[in-house]
Formats: sequence, structure tokens, C-alpha cells
Amino acid sequence: MTTMQTPSKPAPKKQVESLDDVTVRFAGDSGDGMQLAGTQFTRSTAIFGNDISTFPDFPAEIRAPAGTLAGVSGFQVHFSSHEVHTSGDRIDTLVAFNPAALKVNLADVKEGGIVIVNEDAFDKGRLKQAGFAENPLEDGTLSRFSVHRVPVQKLTREALKDSGLGAKDIDRCKNFFALGLVYWLYGRPMETTLKWFDEKFGKNPTVGDANKTVLKAGYFYGETCEIFASSYKVDRAQLPPGKYRRISGNEAASIGFIAAAQLAGKELFYGSYPITPASDILHTLARYKNFKVKTFQAEDEIAAMASTLGAAFAGDIAVTGTSGPGLALKAEAIGLGVMTELPVVIVNVQRGGPSTGLPTKTEQADLFQAIYGRNGECPVCVIAAKSPSDCFHCAIEAVRIATKYMTPVILLTDGYIANGEEPWAIPDLATLPKIEIRHPKADNGHPFMPYERNEYLSRPWAIPGTPGLEHRIGGLEKQDVTGNVSYDAENHQKMIHLRAKKIANIAMDVPELKVAGPEKGDLLVIGWGGTYGAIRSAVERVQKQGHKVAAAHLRYLNPFPRNLGQILSNYKKVLVPELNMGQLRMLLRANYLVDAKGYNKIKGKPFLISELEIAIKEAL
Amino acid sequence: MSIATLNQLTPKDFQSDQDVRWCPGCGDYSILAQAKKILPDLGIPREKIVFVSGIGCSSRFPYYINSYGIHSIHGRATAVATGVKVANPDLSVWVVTGDGDGLSIGGNHLIHLIRRNLDVNILLFNNRIYGLTKGQYSPTSELGKKTKSSPFGSVDNPLHPLSIAIGAEATFVARTMDVNVKHLAETLLRAASHKGTSFVEIYQNCNVFNDKAYEYATAKDTKEDTTVYLEQGKPVIFGKNRDKGIRIKDMEPEVVTLGGDIREDDLLFHDEKAAEPSVAFMLSRMRHPEFPEPMGVFRSVDAPIFETLVHDQVTAATEKMGKGELSKLLNSGDTWTVS
Repeated sequence: MTTMQTPSKPAPKKQVESLDDVTVRFAGDSGDGMQLAGTQFTRSTAIFGNDISTFPDFPAEIRAPAGTLAGVSGFQVHFSSHEVHTSGDRIDTLVAFNPAALKVNLADVKEGGIVIVNEDAFDKGRLKQAGFAENPLEDGTLSRFSVHRVPVQKLTREALKDSGLGAKDIDRCKNFFALGLVYWLYGRPMETTLKWFDEKFGKNPTVGDANKTVLKAGYFYGETCEIFASSYKVDRAQLPPGKYRRISGNEAASIGFIAAAQLAGKELFYGSYPITPASDILHTLARYKNFKVKTFQAEDEIAAMASTLGAAFAGDIAVTGTSGPGLALKAEAIGLGVMTELPVVIVNVQRGGPSTGLPTKTEQADLFQAIYGRNGECPVCVIAAKSPSDCFHCAIEAVRIATKYMTPVILLTDGYIANGEEPWAIPDLATLPKIEIRHPKADNGHPFMPYERNEYLSRPWAIPGTPGLEHRIGGLEKQDVTGNVSYDAENHQKMIHLRAKKIANIAMDVPELKVAGPEKGDLLVIGWGGTYGAIRSAVERVQKQGHKVAAAHLRYLNPFPRNLGQILSNYKKVLVPELNMGQLRMLLRANYLVDAKGYNKIKGKPFLISELEIAIKEAL
Repeated sequence: MSIATLNQLTPKDFQSDQDVRWCPGCGDYSILAQAKKILPDLGIPREKIVFVSGIGCSSRFPYYINSYGIHSIHGRATAVATGVKVANPDLSVWVVTGDGDGLSIGGNHLIHLIRRNLDVNILLFNNRIYGLTKGQYSPTSELGKKTKSSPFGSVDNPLHPLSIAIGAEATFVARTMDVNVKHLAETLLRAASHKGTSFVEIYQNCNVFNDKAYEYATAKDTKEDTTVYLEQGKPVIFGKNRDKGIRIKDMEPEVVTLGGDIREDDLLFHDEKAAEPSVAFMLSRMRHPEFPEPMGVFRSVDAPIFETLVHDQVTAATEKMGKGELSKLLNSGDTWTVS
């Protein structure tokens, strides 16, 4: 094993400053390994014991031309000694691997923040590619920041000159030099990453050792060099006691579906067509076949939905996942699910639209599509997860509702919480809800009626293979009770109402909405989905300033919680921040005749706490 | 259900309580009758049979069979059937589709189901017209066909359903027709007994919107010269006098008359088991009036079955990693304890 030589003279003792809350962003070309550096920083920081929230932000192109603004990939980590709810507003430390990364990200850096640049990449060609007429490292552009020019490439090459690796492989290690440096800067332990190198490069120890060498070289460079006057420490957060892990929304949803199938005592079928940013659910579930998971990569979005219905008919816990454009393609088949009243779950990991839109960016503009985006009067249950770990619980809840009410359920998440990570207190299995499944058996005294309803207005889930319950279902209007095809006018109206009522009744089966803050007051800030962290944090700040403001966050969007109307009437004003043009706001206005105002941002980015704080104060 | 009971099943047991609503004289009636006739012979209990269809006249089929069934949406029966079969491979799954449903709106799913070799039976009723929407040209309508949507003649080049199936690597490909009930029943039985995707094109007369589309192949005085029945291992011979045959010359088929220099041994000998599908493909392109149109089994070969592979992976993963334990899964990855 190659080991890094410790500096011969003892490193000068540097000052260590204590901080509460830090946001670091790694930025570089798509191929620079920024996502990897960010992920490693996150792991080490989570295991160290800080609360964290992350925001990977990458271009849609796999490898946009190197050095261009379009090719910049970023990974932001927000960590703190107290609870955090967002991936951070402003950046304390930006690591910019090239001029383009500096240009794209500089506006987000705090006044006086740290900017670490890979000096070697600031050559004429790449400066020009990024649109800099002059070198920003020299023309005073960065005067408001604490700039550290580090020849990352040169130092990496130097550290690995005896490694036996080729020039290309050596250069590929340079992200870990920067990571090592930031580890030192924030007093992070290196062990987690060193261990990871062993796991990752077990079969190729030369590369593993080279990465270790470079990581340590970066760390020691910070310790030894004169460029940083001090390093920082962020104490462990006071999280509730328990066992934790990191989790992203897509991972949480995947595990949630596996858990749901187990809670139901059934096999899981996941039929899906690859689409950003939902594909990770397919990838994750494909790995867990030993949980009786059958994954089906369909030929398109429509086939994914149709096969999911087929699997539900045959008795599996049937789930499909997609993003906005895919949900549009699935619409007709979801309608079939409504007509045939089969239990299916559709996860929509929302991204920027319309059309192909912004595939790798986040947005909340599919709420209407989820609730209304089908032909005919076609109600489905719609729920939304508020954070990465909440995707786990929402996945279970979606399956519970789908199977209890024999209905398609759309679970909305978004790119921000799907890719972002946070620490998750691992739940005790005993606390998870039970999912009771009942498949009828033939009752010889009573002919089988496929559309006879129980107390929840659900029809029986009779599955093929059950003798005596042979029946046919389909997309044509059903006769009440018998399920036969019916064109009868009165029957159609009755069935439309029955289907609507069945979904509306779910409101009686879900928790009432709770508010954080005063039960009556001047302003209610109400949101849904992945904006939870930002809204809650902003409202807390304004509450601390003495205002009578409360926050509420909707998990259930169709139907709404039964006490929502009451809650809305308890406040003089209602503000609805959304990453869309005001879709929830319109629903609230239409359903409750409330003069709700919106705060709407459609930039493919999550809310900043600071912008919401301003919006809330303006709304008061 | 015991075997004894199974043996007692009759076509009547497969009759549902729904009135059949096809137009009087429709070829679909014959196909329904033959399906009901052969189903008891399969030795499969009713509850393990699932008929899946899309949209179109043919797609009403499941309502008329007393088994499990889904009348799904246009073109997607194949995709729905995939979910059914993957969820429960124990079921006998049948897809009933038409030339519009299967080859136009549902063309994509059809080729993907076939290439995966899902163990289902696909019956494609080819009447070369859109019946349910009242008479527009379909993907199998001939060039120049005058219909409501092509008053000056269709400018769409038609496709051959069996060529599509063979191109998608179908492991069982056959053609039959509504009026030849004996051949129809035999073909359905063979399709049902094949392991893997069985694709059967059924020439079906739409007596309202495309009557007599197959008259050349069904009329008493012409049918023996316009069709040829494929028999395994036998020379491809046809004609009223059994004196004509198909010979391959320069990689192309030609019609020859037996006698003189040409003997049976010179003809193409049908081999449905041929690993290479090119001859089957060539047969699938033979069209009236240049050629007699082949009937029977073009191809019947064995290949791994999709849903078996899916379930084998589940079994293998369970053997390798052990039965999945939820608590272990939740506690996987980097964990830490806060005390």
C-alpha cells in the first residue's frame, strides 16, 4: 500500500473556529467526479453526526462538452449542529473545478464565503469557454470572497507520480484532493471514505491506494499550507436518539414499496420505463429480487402502466414509477385502472416541464396532471412526500390506500427530494401500518358480483386462479354490482358518483391536517411536497420575530384532509408557496372560496429559506 | 379442481352469460365457437385461464368466454397480459386482438411481447379493415383500398402480420381462417400447447365493412389454388390436382408444376423447426395472386420463456442472498447511532 508521507516538520497549529451551520458545494465538469466527492462528503458528515440535507444538481447531458457552462455539475451539502430542513440557501464554501463552474455558481456564494478553485483549469481556453474575458482570479471579480487558488491537478499528479498509474487515471483522482482539503477545512474524519476506497477498488488496489494517497494529500495540504488561516468545526447535531442512515427519496420510495409488499404478505411487481429522475427506483428495486420483487423494464411508459394493471389484476402489489412526461403517456391506462378499480400505485418524480422541459431539475407542476389529467370524470387518490425519508412512509401509505380502496394512487415526489439525501431515524418495523388484503373465495349460495361494494365502497379483489369467481372487467362503463357492460344513463351517473365518493371517503381514513404555530392568526403558509423544509424553516424564522404565522403541509392532495377548510378559515390570510404557477392555490380557492395568495417560483430549483422569509413578511 | 371434473368441462362451460353482440354473419362467431371447443381439451381449469383484449370488434371476445378476462384499452392488451403472466406464470393467458389494435396502435407492445417470448397465445383477427369505427382502412388493407377515410384509395403500404411476428423472433407462428373450422381448431390447439409466444393470424371476414376480403382463399372453386397448407416435413404442394408446388430458386420462391423435369424432391420441404427463420419469413411474404397463401404452422421452435427467466432470477437471488429481511434492508448502508 502506498502511504502518504506525513510532512517532516510539524504542521503549524491553526485556529479552529466553531460554526453552527455550513453549506458546501462541489462544482465542476460532468466528468470531474463532483457527485462522487459530494456523496462522500455527505456520508462522512452524516456518520460524524451532523444533520444533513443534500442537493445534487446536474445537467441533462451525460457529458456536455468539457469546460462549458452547460456541462457544470454540482453537489451541495448542508450540514449543521442543529436540525436542517433544506439543502441550504447560500454557499459557505464553493469548490470550483473550472472557470465554468465558478461562473455558474458564484452568485450563490455568501458574501465573504470561501471559494476554492482548481487553478490549473483557469487557462485561456477554458476561461474563454466559460465566457470570461479576463481571468476572474486576477481582475478583482472575486474581491468579496475568500479565494484560495489551489493547483489541484498539479498536486494530484505530484502525489501520484510513483503510483504506477497512467496520466489519465491520475487526473481522474483529483476530485479526492479537493475532498481531502474540504475534509480538513471542516474537521471531518477521513475513515469513511478510506474504507469506501477499499470496498470500491478491492479488485484494483492500485487505484484504491492512489485515491487514498490523493485524499490524504488534500487533507495534509490544508493542514500544512499557509493559505487557510483557520479551519472550522461543526458540532454534532442533537438528533433524537436512535439508529440512523442516510437516505434519498428514490431509495426511500423503493424500500417503502418492498416494505409495503411485505406488510401485505404479497409479491411486488414494478413495471417501469427509464426516465429521469425516477430511474433510480427501478435500479434499486432490480437489486432486491430476493425480496420477491419482480421488476419489468417495459418498452414504453404505456406498457409500464398497462403491465402494472395486469399484475394488479393477477394479485401482485403493482407499482410503476415515472416523471411528468411519462405520467402523460400513462393517463389512459390509469383511467382503465379507475374503471376496473384495480389497486396500483404510480410514483411521479416531478421534474421541470412542460414537454421534455428540465429533466434533471425539480418542479411541482404536475399536481393538476395527477388530479385531473385523464379523460372523463376520473378520480384517483393523490398524495405527496415532503422529504427524502418521507418517501418511505408515503410509499407504504400509497399501497395501503390503493389496496383498501381498490384504486390507483398517484404518489408525487420531485427531483429535489428524490435525489437529495438526509439522515433517517430507521423506523421500528412494529410501528409500520398493517396492510390487510382480502381476496374473496367462492360462495356457492351467492353468485359472484365483481362490483359489489364493501363499507369503503371498494369492490372485491378476486384474482385469477380462484375457482368460481371467473369474471370479466374492462374499460367500458360497468353496471353497478354485476360489473357487466352498461350503457344505461342512470347507471352511468350512479357509477360516476360512486367512484367519486369512494375517493372522497378516503379523507375519513387519513389524519387531520396539523399546523405548526398558532391555531389562529394572521397568516397560514400552506404547501405540499418537497417544499416542506424551506417553508417550515422560513415560517419558524418569522415566528421567532413575533408574528402570528403558522405553517401547514399537505400530504393528501386528493382528497384533502377533512379539516382543511376549518384550518384555512382560522387565519386572516393564506399564502401558498409552490414551485409552479399556483396549482394548489387554485384548488384551495375553488374548493374553499378562500382568497389564497401564491408565492411561485419556476426555476428548476428548490425554494431558498430567505426568499420565503421575505415573501411571508410581505404577505402579512 | 380435480382431473375428473376437468374432463367433464364442455364448450358450454366456457360460455359466459353475456349476449354476443357481433354483427350477424361476422367471422368472429366461428373463432369464438372453435375457441370454446378446444378450451376443454387443454386440461386447464377455467379459473386459470385469462383472456386479455384491447379495443375493436375482436376485443369483445373476453366477455363471451367464462374465464377471467380483461377488456383493456386500445393496443395495450399485450402489455396488460405481460403483467398478468409475470405476476402469475401459472395462468394460461390469451391475447385477442385485431389488425388495427395489434398492428397499428399496439404494434410496439406486440413486437416486444414476441421478442421476450412470453408464454401467451396471441390470436390476431385480420379482417383488413377497421370495423368498430365503421370502415376505415387498416394497416393490413391493400394499397388502393377505397374506404371512408380513403375515398381515392389508400396510399398506405400494408404490412404482413406474420412477417412482423417472425421479424420479432416469434417462436410459434401460424395462420388459419375463420371458415375452415377444423383447421382453425387444430391451429388453436397447437398454439395453446406451444411453450412461449404463439402468434396466430386468423383470416376473418368482416361481412359489413370488408365483405369477401378473403373470397379468393375461401371460395370452393378457387381456394385450393390460392392457398397452400403447410405440413411438417412434407413438400409444399397445392392445387386442385395437387400438381403445383413451391420451389426455392435463387433464394426466392416460385410456383412450379409437377411433372416433366420437376419432381416432388425439387420442392421446398416444410420445416417448422428450422432454427433459421428466413424460409418462414419468405413464406409469410407469399401473397395472392402471385402465390398461394400458406396456412398452418410456419414456425415452432423452443426458446427461453420470459416470465420463467424473471422468476428464475428471483429464485437465484434468494438462494444467493437469502430470503429478504426487511429489518436488514432498513438497516443497510452507512448507519450510525445517536445516543
